[in-house]
Amino acid sequence: MKILLSIISVVGLLLTIIPAFLVFFGSISLEQNKNLMLVGTILWFLTAPFWLNKKTEEV
Amino acid sequence: MAFNNNKLIGKLNEVQEFEREVIPQNKLKGWKSFIGTYAGEHTAGTEFVIGPLFVAHGASASDIIFGLLLGNILAVLSWAFFTAKLSVKKRVTLYYQLEKIGGKNFTLFYNLVNAGLFCCLAGSMIAVAGTAVGIPFDLPIPSLSDIYPTSIDWIIIVFIIGAITTFIAMFGFNEVAKFANIAAPWMIMVFVAAAVAVLPDLGVHSISDFWQVANDKIWTGVPLEGQSQFTFWHVLFFAWFCNMAMHIGMADMSILRYAKKWQYGFSSSAGVFLGHYIAWIASGILYSLFLIESNNSTEFAPGPVAYRAAGIAGAICVIIAGWTTANPTLYRAGLAVQAIMPKSKTWKVTLIVGLITTIAACFPALVMNLLDFVALYGLILMPVGAVIYIDTYLFPKMGLIDEYAEKSGIRFNVSAVITWGLTLVLCLLLNLMYGIEIFFLGLPGWFIAVVIYIISSKLLQKPTLIKKP
Repeated sequence: MKILLSIISVVGLLLTIIPAFLVFFGSISLEQNKNLMLVGTILWFLTAPFWLNKKTEEV
Repeated sequence: MAFNNNKLIGKLNEVQEFEREVIPQNKLKGWKSFIGTYAGEHTAGTEFVIGPLFVAHGASASDIIFGLLLGNILAVLSWAFFTAKLSVKKRVTLYYQLEKIGGKNFTLFYNLVNAGLFCCLAGSMIAVAGTAVGIPFDLPIPSLSDIYPTSIDWIIIVFIIGAITTFIAMFGFNEVAKFANIAAPWMIMVFVAAAVAVLPDLGVHSISDFWQVANDKIWTGVPLEGQSQFTFWHVLFFAWFCNMAMHIGMADMSILRYAKKWQYGFSSSAGVFLGHYIAWIASGILYSLFLIESNNSTEFAPGPVAYRAAGIAGAICVIIAGWTTANPTLYRAGLAVQAIMPKSKTWKVTLIVGLITTIAACFPALVMNLLDFVALYGLILMPVGAVIYIDTYLFPKMGLIDEYAEKSGIRFNVSAVITWGLTLVLCLLLNLMYGIEIFFLGLPGWFIAVVIYIISSKLLQKPTLIKKP
């Protein structure tokens, strides 16, 4: 489950960043980019809290 | 309420762990912890303000690219060779080390100064968040030259954000810290994405166009009306000294005392190169587009600027960046004041500190002069770092008594007080008489502090006071 959540989180991050480059290369519009960024944001915040802070590194 | 209060006290106790003792070997942390901490701490609300202010002050593209690069390298070296080396040697907090050197009353005074500076920083971040929260309400935006609140709507929005921030700082610091860690990787993505997405609107259609556009449209080298001219040296010294309180000022002893090796100080590069390089460049790009589209408007609104480029995600990013910076800062200010008045309830102190911070946040001058404030913040706390450094490394070799307050049982080390006060007075004189700007004062100031501390300690230390072990 944790692996699945972390994969969704990474997808969320990628949706936040990659569409901007597609705008740069003229493949999508700025408005489409904004919508995809919002989807990425939602995915990230819905899933990252379940795995990101769970482990504190102690050596 | 009672439950929350008990919980808060529990959390405060947790924070105070190892505050007055050397970190045990089994509690030392690996380098990954420090990379995470630094990356999270230095991608913050301030980045939405600092990058644009470089544009407003007319820094050129090469000033930004190379000035920031060198300044950030110097900052990382300061963290590693000053803060981390000393932290690993002592393994105590700045406050405890300061108490040993300067005495209890000196540390309390340091806390008071620190609290005041924290309030200003938190206030500016509340204002930054306010520019994003105000988007749906078409909030009138303050401009670069505004000093006083510009409208009742602005005051209302700032007070609402200030109230929420204060309330959370009273009861939920750990959760905010966790949330900030979660938000950090996403925030840096939003910074980069927002900047990349607007590049075509600036005329950048291929990577080869970037440098030309950067010089002609983004960092033009021409300051906005009423703004001073920044050069390569301003950018370099600002990047080096914007966290002077943390590295040369030694505040990050509290973090780096947990490092297994002093080399972990280099992990600060994760913070400065993400937050103080990529994010500043990105926010500068966004602001330059705003200037072009608004015909050089002096309005200064990180919220709408991010919204224009990245939509709702951009506005959320500004709110979260501002809030996650304001919240722990406010909490630290509350703790600093509480150390001065230990009998007061922490939540009451935080409430009062939050109110003062919120009132300060209503004044746009705080955000508009953030570069000067950040430089002043570092400068004010720098002499304390110089005192700690010299006391640790030079005093034993010079035959002077290190950790004098602890060894002599005094509560106020006059040498440390003279060093702090006189250094700042001399820095002020350098500014007034020779016109040396605040961004450059940290470097001569450090050497001034060193000389004053050595001379005053030679004159004032009384070996007869030293207690026999």
